[in-house]
Amino acid sequence: MQLKKTRQGAGPRNIRRQLAAATCGLLAGTSHAGGLIASGDNWKIDSALLIYAEKDRVSLAEGILSISKEIDDDEFINARIVTDVLTGSSPNGAVPSNTAQTFTNPSGNSRYTEAANTTPLNHTFKDLRNALSVEWDTPLSRSLRGTLGGNISREYDYLSTGISASLAQDINQRNTTLTFGLSLNKDTWDPVGGVPVGFTVMPAFPAKKTIEGANTDKTVKEILFGVTQIINRQTLMQVNYSRGQSDGYLTDPYKILSVLENDGSGNLRGSNPYVYENRPDQRTYQSLYWKGVHQFPNENVLNLSYRYFWDDWGIQSHTVDLRYRFDFDGGHYLQPHLRYYQQGAADFYRQTLIDGEETTLPYASADYRLGEFVTQTIGLKYGYEFKNGAEINFRAEMITQKGKDRSADAVGILQNQKLFPDNEAYLLQGGLSLDSDMVIKYIMSFFK
Amino acid sequence: MIKIALFSAFISLVLSACSLEPVQPWDRDLLAQKKMQLVADPLEIYLDEHTYFSKEASSGGQSVGGGGCGCN
Repeated sequence: MQLKKTRQGAGPRNIRRQLAAATCGLLAGTSHAGGLIASGDNWKIDSALLIYAEKDRVSLAEGILSISKEIDDDEFINARIVTDVLTGSSPNGAVPSNTAQTFTNPSGNSRYTEAANTTPLNHTFKDLRNALSVEWDTPLSRSLRGTLGGNISREYDYLSTGISASLAQDINQRNTTLTFGLSLNKDTWDPVGGVPVGFTVMPAFPAKKTIEGANTDKTVKEILFGVTQIINRQTLMQVNYSRGQSDGYLTDPYKILSVLENDGSGNLRGSNPYVYENRPDQRTYQSLYWKGVHQFPNENVLNLSYRYFWDDWGIQSHTVDLRYRFDFDGGHYLQPHLRYYQQGAADFYRQTLIDGEETTLPYASADYRLGEFVTQTIGLKYGYEFKNGAEINFRAEMITQKGKDRSADAVGILQNQKLFPDNEAYLLQGGLSLDSDMVIKYIMSFFK
Repeated sequence: MIKIALFSAFISLVLSACSLEPVQPWDRDLLAQKKMQLVADPLEIYLDEHTYFSKEASSGGQSVGGGGCGCN
């Protein structure tokens, strides 16, 4: 394979801008929009389309358009619009059984039946989400930058609004950047059929569930401290500590638990065998995150990160993410991606309840996302950088999730069932980045 | 134990900043390349974070904010 020569097709002004970005504010870690570099008077336009499909479950199409502009010397604004369409099925929390199971839809207006020996899925998910975020990034002094951001997203049953702010202080001849960030989010659930009271039964259709109201909300506050350090001419590292607190309704209003007979048989209890889950109304979580970026003499780039995450629900996780970019002649590159995620279960994670436990336990959830599992991702990205600075790229990835069954929950006949709903998903993404000047030139070419 | 090790790494990186040979602005040509940014492709990272946020109990670490969703 022929390695490519260094390409500097972005033009001298863009190179100056990139040098300024690398020199003055290693801001990429402080926000999602960080790292976007608008060139001079033009708008920088980044777009992507993602197709995500789980085997026999959820499918999603998501489009993003991000535009950035330098509005003054070294001062940038960015706006990002996201739309996604989701359809398909999601595990409802109940365990498989050796007989068919009938559930009431969240609306309470119909019911559905799942075959014996299959993971019970709620098939009613169909959602359209629209999101907008804006960010303003400005120098506050020769060595201090500030970023302000806001975001809003709307789904059929969920509204999320938030603001964030961060400061980045360069020290040590601008080889070190200290970052400090804060964010506040206010989310509102407006679930179909209302907010069920935790641990109350999912009534058989046409009876209605017991609700505590039509909607509910939660607040999420986060704080981040980070250090970004230039190690040498080819290596950059970042370490972040972040802490967050969620208060309010943290339960999933659509998830239920199976309730078993109290005889060790593993049979569902005779009447009302499903109850709505119930989680604590507060969660504090923390994470330590490390990332390193290194360029080898052959111009290939390693991007490696590790995150340790823990919370007061008893969840701990380790995430390793590796991207390695091979550069080839003519602007082509290939980037394999590997990700490994291992999570321990929440203290109140249960795959089943025994008759009566719903009145004695403070909390319980069978949401597989709170269980013990491993996620593995393998993917490959191909990109092509045009000489004028534009880029087009594609990637394909496979994601597998495999979890553990709790032996205490797999009693009687359930020992023959797979209680954790393993998952397999495929991801396809296409991306295009260009400058507004290129778009105008292209459109004008039709009128010549 | 893990927390102690990681906090030690955090502190060491801060302290090591003082002992490293500073890289001068005119030597930052490689660091200025797009592929050398900590987030080289922000949209790809955004899509990944959204995907894993909806499938796992952990999220964040790289940044603050970004919004929530009632994901399934």
